[in-house]
Amino acid sequence: MRIIIKIFILSLLISLYSCREDDIIYIPEKVNVATPEYTSINGFYLLNEGNMGMNKCTLDYYDYAKGEYTRNIYGNANPSIPKELGDVGNDIAIYGSKMYAVINTSNKVEVMNAVDATRIGQIDIPNCRYIKFHKGFAYITSYAGPVDINNEHKQIGYVAKVDTATLEIVDKCLVGYQPDGIEIVDNRIYVANSGGYLVPNYENTISVIDINSFTEIKKVEIALNLSILAADTNGYLWIASRGDYKDVNSRLYCYDVRKERIEKNFDIAVSNMALDGDSLYIIGNQWNETTQSTTTNYAIVDITKKEIVSTNFISDGTEASIIRPYGIIINPITKDILLSDAKSYVTPGILYCFDKKGVRKWNVRTGDIPAHFVFLGNNKNN
Amino acid sequence: MARGRFLFFLIILCSFSLTAQSKLDSIQHLDEVKIVASKRPYATVIPAQTLQGKALESLNSHSVADAIRYFSGVQLKDYGGVGGVKTIDIRSMGSNHMGVFYDGIQLGNAQNGQIDLGKFSLDNIEGISLYNGQKSDIFQSAKDFGSAGTIYLNTRRPRFEGNKKHNLRAIFRTGSFGLINPSLLWEYKLSDNVNLSTSIEYTSATGKYKFRYKKNFSDGTLAWDTTATRLNGDIYALRAEIGVFGQINNGQWNIKAYYYDSEKGIPGAIVNNVWKSAQRQWDRNFFAQGSFRKKFSKVYDFKINAKYARDYMRYNNPDTTLMYIDNKFWQQELYISAVNKFNILPSWEANIAIDYQWNYLDATLSQFAYPTRNTILMAAATAYQWNGLKVQASVLGSFINDHSSTENSSGQRVEKNQTNNYFTPALFLSYQPFRLYDFSLRTFYKRIFRMPTFNDLFYTDMGNASLRPEYATQYNIGAYYSISLSESIIENFKITADAYYNLVDDKIIAVPKGTGQYRWMMMNIGKVKIKGIDVTASARFKLPCSVLLNANLNYTYQQALDYTDQDDNGDGGSYKGVIAYIPRHSGSLIIGGQYKNWELNYSFIYVGERYLSSANIIENREQPWYTHDISGAYSFRIKDLQLRLSLEVNNLFNQQYDVIRNYPMPGRNYKAILKIDI
Repeated sequence: MRIIIKIFILSLLISLYSCREDDIIYIPEKVNVATPEYTSINGFYLLNEGNMGMNKCTLDYYDYAKGEYTRNIYGNANPSIPKELGDVGNDIAIYGSKMYAVINTSNKVEVMNAVDATRIGQIDIPNCRYIKFHKGFAYITSYAGPVDINNEHKQIGYVAKVDTATLEIVDKCLVGYQPDGIEIVDNRIYVANSGGYLVPNYENTISVIDINSFTEIKKVEIALNLSILAADTNGYLWIASRGDYKDVNSRLYCYDVRKERIEKNFDIAVSNMALDGDSLYIIGNQWNETTQSTTTNYAIVDITKKEIVSTNFISDGTEASIIRPYGIIINPITKDILLSDAKSYVTPGILYCFDKKGVRKWNVRTGDIPAHFVFLGNNKNN
Repeated sequence: MARGRFLFFLIILCSFSLTAQSKLDSIQHLDEVKIVASKRPYATVIPAQTLQGKALESLNSHSVADAIRYFSGVQLKDYGGVGGVKTIDIRSMGSNHMGVFYDGIQLGNAQNGQIDLGKFSLDNIEGISLYNGQKSDIFQSAKDFGSAGTIYLNTRRPRFEGNKKHNLRAIFRTGSFGLINPSLLWEYKLSDNVNLSTSIEYTSATGKYKFRYKKNFSDGTLAWDTTATRLNGDIYALRAEIGVFGQINNGQWNIKAYYYDSEKGIPGAIVNNVWKSAQRQWDRNFFAQGSFRKKFSKVYDFKINAKYARDYMRYNNPDTTLMYIDNKFWQQELYISAVNKFNILPSWEANIAIDYQWNYLDATLSQFAYPTRNTILMAAATAYQWNGLKVQASVLGSFINDHSSTENSSGQRVEKNQTNNYFTPALFLSYQPFRLYDFSLRTFYKRIFRMPTFNDLFYTDMGNASLRPEYATQYNIGAYYSISLSESIIENFKITADAYYNLVDDKIIAVPKGTGQYRWMMMNIGKVKIKGIDVTASARFKLPCSVLLNANLNYTYQQALDYTDQDDNGDGGSYKGVIAYIPRHSGSLIIGGQYKNWELNYSFIYVGERYLSSANIIENREQPWYTHDISGAYSFRIKDLQLRLSLEVNNLFNQQYDVIRNYPMPGRNYKAILKIDI
């Protein structure tokens, strides 16, 4: 009998061993990573995507004047918002005093004050992808246009035009299937159509929209499964094609928007890219179906010469410990390279800061799938 | 709903009309026939954890999965609701390492390896047994040797009291989640040696329940608090079974057919700005199986098992904010097994078993590979008994051929054949040192693998045709003690304790791939080391005033650590982190009391703190959860009808918890059950 009493006491103890506590608003972790730097750029935000269904899209902030990295600030800045920032971040940008975070599977663009990430409101756009601004309006790509139930439920994409003063959607313009990257050059909006839901029949065009009439003028054939765009100041659009992940490799295309023709293409895989001055920094993971492996590149294309001038901008060997380069941006003043490693996607990533020579200055743990950056301050590139 | 009610009335009507026809003899006591006693001569080296008879019936469980939660060493992944997915993981090796046997023949799913235990009803199951390693009883098919852990679901075999020719049982359940769940079991004595059993069950539920999420500031004041209704968790399911059971001289046989048809909503993750989902799933499962067993002579026993299964599954995502998906899958399985046991000496037996299995998967996916798998399994086993020592050794040879037909870029079909052979051993020992005490020590070693599923290998874009099997190696040492006291309040007391070490290597996990976002592929790179302790204790009390009390306690301590990537050992790294959703501490307690016609049952489940990924940082921490369930039952007679009415309150303290993050579980919920036996 005594042994049984003991067992019951034991079981009681186990049940009391650790009980549920209240869920507490996450208090951001601050990490000192570098010596302070004083420029007109105060800092940058990093949007971590988080995996689908995990509701783990988080926002980190780096303060140059303190040399301090703060993880996961949104919940603390907005403690009254249920379920925080949301599920799968896909883009982030600042326009005026407002910051816009495109939260893909939460079907919204979160609008915050750029200085402290406190919430202003949200724009409901289902399956939203990328954002750009022009003369008081935000232009956001979305996969979720009308569904053609008579044609395999194909769903055309669109660009939403949002008044940044009222945060209301004022117009929509249909484009191709699953539109991703967006750029605005010479009063024209360019949209990369991916056709990602139409495997294996990907899209191969960019849509060209006249910004004043907000109608699609035409589609221009570029290459298979287009992803992101970068417009330079010389009238060229740098276009990334993902390929079909099998027989057609990922490539970079240079499109002359005035002559309306492809100027050149580069046999280089592009997962992400960042433009600074004459240099287009490219990170790419190329899947090889035959060898069943991924090769990674860290390249620089000189956009005036239109040549690959470096195939590895990391000079200190750090690339050996980077598993999955994912996001990139260049500090326009110091020329520091900020590069994120998404690792296995399911564990926290790492943010690396390299100086302009490609030597590592510091690195820090981020949220899951660190991906999209925006600088806070003046003289920023984006 | 209307359909469900109609069916219920129909069943009630049927049951009354049958009573009128059969005019049963006035049998005063129609107690549940005890099956515990039928101990077979070839008893296992290491006994199973078992739930059967009354103990099983009095648990507040809706499905087989709910009942299995009470076993030690088991973790249930539960996405919530009546029709929600429930998968079982034994000793942290992953659900694909678990074999589930239904009346002695394994349930298969070559497509994804997952057996949805929600498809099997407790209404016609009389026992559930869980074996770590394998059932250490050598007279079994090669497949019985083929999993790292095995669950046996044994359906009720018809038994007739006195001159009875019919048994009829009708059950009706209703309660929270809009549940309407009638079932009918009819058993008929065809002849002295041949019995028929049929069973039909209908389930319908809206699956709606309230859930609440809230967060506080660190000083305890409220930050946000939100309550919503779980939607798209509805289910409609029909299950029908028919079986014929026969006795022959020195043997027995049975054949049975099973059919299940369901449509259900898939309640998705609750994330910011998304509070409902629209995905739906349709399932149609059919199988027919038979088994024949005979002792041909003193030295030779023979058994043959055969099965044919056909499964259809359709998954539809009509949600326009996500990619439209409407995929259909058709699976077929053919299985035959011959088992030969030789009783060389009274204390020495040997077994040779040969199984053959064929699997085929067809799907509406583009660029699909239409895979076929031919498997031959050969098992050789021997068992030896000397005084208190029992030894069983076995080796399993697996000869597996996969065939696929993939489309290349120029649209031509490329046929691929891959054949592999594997040999895996197991050793089980038990020793009873004292003749007077029911005390034994036991140990086992087993190495086994699970094949990559068709999804792992061939799922369009994500599959990886060059995958190897995933291995699990187990070491276990433990002890068992049981005491029965006739003169004491405690009638019987039993305790078991086992310590184990498992290694899972070449674990098949999804890793990111290539240029695009959210593109994954399966690779053999995972490695997990698991150390654990399982303790079970049970006692039977005979208290004054004819009160009977049963108590069952299970406790599991586990340390399941991720050894996949030793370079990922920095800040927030996954190396040596506790793997996803495996708690260090977990346990359960069941106390059942009986007084005359009254029964009262209490059960408690505790699952400790977990992390949702091997990165054991605070953002990934999941709170412990624990639920208290209570039920009361009253049995009574109306003429020839034996009735039992029970009421259940589950999650008594209305705990708001997630088993899987963003999948809220139901709070306090109720159920009423009426059971009628004729």
